[in-house]
Formats: sequence, structure tokens, C-alpha cells
Amino acid sequence: MERTEAQLIAAVLTGDAASFEPLVETYSPRVFATARRYARRESEVEDIVQEVWLKAFEKLSSFRGEAPFEHWLMRLAVRTCYDFLRGHQRNRETTFSEMTEAEGDWLDRFVTGPESGSENAEAARQLVGRVLEQLSPPARMVITLLEIEERSVKEISRLTGWSVPLVKVRAFRARAEMRRILSKIGKEKYL
Amino acid sequence: MNVEELQRKLIAVARANPPSDRVPFAFEKRIMARLPARARLDEWALWSRALWRAAAPCVAVMLLLSAWSFFVPNTATPSNDLSQDFENTLLAAVDQEPPADSAW
Repeated sequence: MERTEAQLIAAVLTGDAASFEPLVETYSPRVFATARRYARRESEVEDIVQEVWLKAFEKLSSFRGEAPFEHWLMRLAVRTCYDFLRGHQRNRETTFSEMTEAEGDWLDRFVTGPESGSENAEAARQLVGRVLEQLSPPARMVITLLEIEERSVKEISRLTGWSVPLVKVRAFRARAEMRRILSKIGKEKYL
Repeated sequence: MNVEELQRKLIAVARANPPSDRVPFAFEKRIMARLPARARLDEWALWSRALWRAAAPCVAVMLLLSAWSFFVPNTATPSNDLSQDFENTLLAAVDQEPPADSAW
């Protein structure tokens, strides 16, 4: 008979570590998808997911069972991703010259006809990734959760541990930061 | 260049292309191999959980007792003389002692 999530967690807490494996199997796809939003290299993604699961195992006794396990795990995943972003604040300044030809072409097409359909979605996707990489960690986190994943402010507050007003302030700053980066790209390319 | 429109379009592209949720082969085995022998019990978390759970019944009991002491009429005769009350309480046991001759 298949055990429920609560039974698996109770078993892990009483020392049966093997009961943790079904939880890892069930929720790893979601954790991987989250980690891939913040890390580009696959080795970094795997490191983040591994850290999420090790933390989940260590802190399992703090899971109160009032909300679904998935919510608790995703909070842990988002916070681990944020720590990763803060720990990997490399030189985020990239210049237009670092853009690939496909990305440049996509931008050209956008400038000549902003209303046209978005051909070469892959180039656009790469350009988004490049812009997001230049954002500061809080800005990237809030743009990803609020604009790309379309989560509510309340939900972001729950996931990140930031207060609702702080999420709103960071969202405002993040949008401005993103516009500044896009203007810079435009100036470098066309002026 | 219309920055607002570019921003809107790039975000739309990002929304339309969610990242893959592919899990590397046998990833769960790798995690299981790295787990410590036993999940560490967080004693502070246990205490805080127990105290939070105890808080609600404690508040309920406190409210019940407050309501009871407020609404139940006081049948005892009130006295303003604290020293007299104290003396009565202290000597209550002496007053109740049987006469010396009855013990024999």
C-alpha cells in the first residue's frame, strides 16, 4: 500500500531515512524548474537542488503539517535560490558586444517593428536571460516571481519571507532597474 | 527604442518559455547517498510548536476564569480589616481544636 506524504514524513522523523526518497522523486521536477529560473549552468542547478533537499531533510522537524509539504518545500527552494543569487553576484555588467548575433537580430527586428510577432523565440529567451542576469538579486527574484511566474504580492511575501510592503518597494525598484538595463543596451547598440 | 514595450515583450517571452523540469537520471539516489544518517531534531522548533499549541487553551482558561470571577457573586462577607482577616485565618486551626479534656 502506498504511504501518504504525512506518513512518509513521520517515518523520516523517526529515523527511517529511506522514506525520504519518494518525496525527493515526487517533488524534484518542481524544484529543478525553480532552480533553472535562477541559474543557467546545469551544474549550478544541480547544486541548488541538492542543497534544497539536504536542508529539507535537516529541517523536516520544523514542518508543522498545517500547509501542504510542497508549499514548505517551495519556500525553502526560493530562499535557497535567493542565497545562490547573492553568493554569485559576479560582475553583472555585460555590454552589448557580448550579445550573440541572434539576440542582436531579434533586437533589430524589435526596433524596426515593435508590434511584429516575436520570431526566433530562442534568441528572445537568451536575451531575457542576459537581462535578468544583470539585475541585482532582489530585483531578479521579484521580477521572476511577480512578472514571469505571475504570483501575487502576498504569495511572494510568503515565499521569500519579505513583508508585503517590502515586496512592493522591491518590485517598483526592480522594474526601474530592468528599464535602465534595457535603455543601456539600446544606447550601446544604436547610439 | 521603446523600452516599456521591449520590457513587456521580453517578459512575455519569458512567461511563454518556462524552464524545463527535467530531473537528471537517478538524482534521488544521489540525494539519498548524501543524507546524514538521521534527520536532526530541532529542539527549539519542537518547543516553539508545543508552546504555540498550548497558548490557545491557556488563553481560553484565563478568559473562563476571568468571566467566572467577574460574574459569580461574592458570597463571603467582605471585610475591610486586613489584620483581622489575617488573624482569623491564622488562628482558625487553633479555634477548631477540641477541648483538652475531651482527648482523654
